Amino acid sequence: MRPFAYFRAEDPADAVARFGPGAMYLGGGTNLVDLMRLGVARPGLLVDVSRLPLDRVGPAAGGGGLLIGAAVRNSDLAAHPLVRERYPMLARAVLSGASGQIRNMATVGGNLLQRTRCAYFQDVSMPCNKRAPGSGCPAIAGDHENLAIIGHSAGAGGSACVATHPSDMAVALTALDARVHVTGAAGDRVIPMPGLHRLPGAEPDRDTVLEAGDLITAVELPPPPPGRSLYRKVRERASFAFALVSAAALLDVAGDGTTRGCKLALGGVAHAPWRAYTAERAVAGLPATASAFSAAADAELAQARPLPGNAHKVALARGLITAVLEELSR
Amino acid sequence: MRVTLTVNGSQRTADDVWEGESLLFVLRERLALPGSKNACEQGECGSCTVLLDDVPVCACLVAAGQAAHRRVVTVEGLAPRGELGPVQQAFLEAGAVQCGFCTPGLIVQVHDLLRRTAGAGLPPPGDADIREALAGNLCRCTGYEKILDAVRLAASRLPVMP
Repeated sequence: MRPFAYFRAEDPADAVARFGPGAMYLGGGTNLVDLMRLGVARPGLLVDVSRLPLDRVGPAAGGGGLLIGAAVRNSDLAAHPLVRERYPMLARAVLSGASGQIRNMATVGGNLLQRTRCAYFQDVSMPCNKRAPGSGCPAIAGDHENLAIIGHSAGAGGSACVATHPSDMAVALTALDARVHVTGAAGDRVIPMPGLHRLPGAEPDRDTVLEAGDLITAVELPPPPPGRSLYRKVRERASFAFALVSAAALLDVAGDGTTRGCKLALGGVAHAPWRAYTAERAVAGLPATASAFSAAADAELAQARPLPGNAHKVALARGLITAVLEELSR
Repeated sequence: MRVTLTVNGSQRTADDVWEGESLLFVLRERLALPGSKNACEQGECGSCTVLLDDVPVCACLVAAGQAAHRRVVTVEGLAPRGELGPVQQAFLEAGAVQCGFCTPGLIVQVHDLLRRTAGAGLPPPGDADIREALAGNLCRCTGYEKILDAVRLAASRLPVMP
């Protein structure tokens, strides 16, 4: 690990003021410290924001939503009574990620900003357009079974990237229309989800729309929408594995059996948590039946561009969307 | 930098700590507490699990500065010197220890699981709870069955646990 300086910030303004070229914010460290050991992240200064007074979960100002501090630990978020009662899908998503020890360390802000687990990104001896722009993407001709099937830039040569975003929590937040509160040199602003994470496009090195020095201070949830919700994750083993495909779904079925509302986001399929607007529109107003749900899944996945080694993830996603919506409709 | 923290109930200080050192390194190499083991250094294996402010974490991923002025309990702190705690006793009796490298992390993690469940007046953890709680602790020897036996055994004795 390269030498670096360490500074523990006392409040958000203090953290932003100390941020400069080569600096990175340190949350729970579960991803960043690992990346520093691997030589992928090489900060000259770590600004520790894990002990900022942003560790509360409580009602959002006006309107019945919830405000979650960026330094709240993943375990505490999943265990919070208001989250379990009003946003059970979020608790489920958080608990499906990582291990107990890691959830005890990882923060909400850090979870959103964790980097892809693409093996080429984490191996500094390999080219990677995300880590070293313009160097190439060996995943396209190499091991990409668990990588992106939709929204990627596989055909883009020097900016090709088929990485996926690894967070489960972010998928639930994307379905819940969360708003991310950010502070930075230019002041405070709010970024809607989806909208924080970006697709690789011409800049695969940029995971999010945040600018250097921007600090996430909180995540705000609107009041829970009507209906029922579910987070389901398909993975290679029962625990402590990243998603092959995951789905966060909310479904509101009217008294006459038709779908009144649906919010759906997918994880493990793209460079960002994937909000499935096409599928949402496709089910609206139709009878809440398996055939309507599988047709909606097909409509969404018509945009998929699987690589030679990961077409099975399209089938997984189709089956998962259908099964989750069907379960919610019962 | 100087790092002062409370370890197993005593205030300890380490000087000339490099910013890149982990809490695990400080515990093992500076404070002579080799119970927590260093294996993957990635938070994958759980052999370095310690309690940080009463919560189990992977000490390999905690930067030394992040532990400053906080409370750490290592496997050495779970029972008086020379004695076995109830989880350690159960591991021994159930045959849950083979090479022993993963054992300290498992002991700390199981201690926390039982403290949060049966120790807090809740029902003892079921097998699914035990498996999920131990998902971050890898063992290459036992195949985990004896470890599950040990957790069930320790849980069954909980009324006598502190």
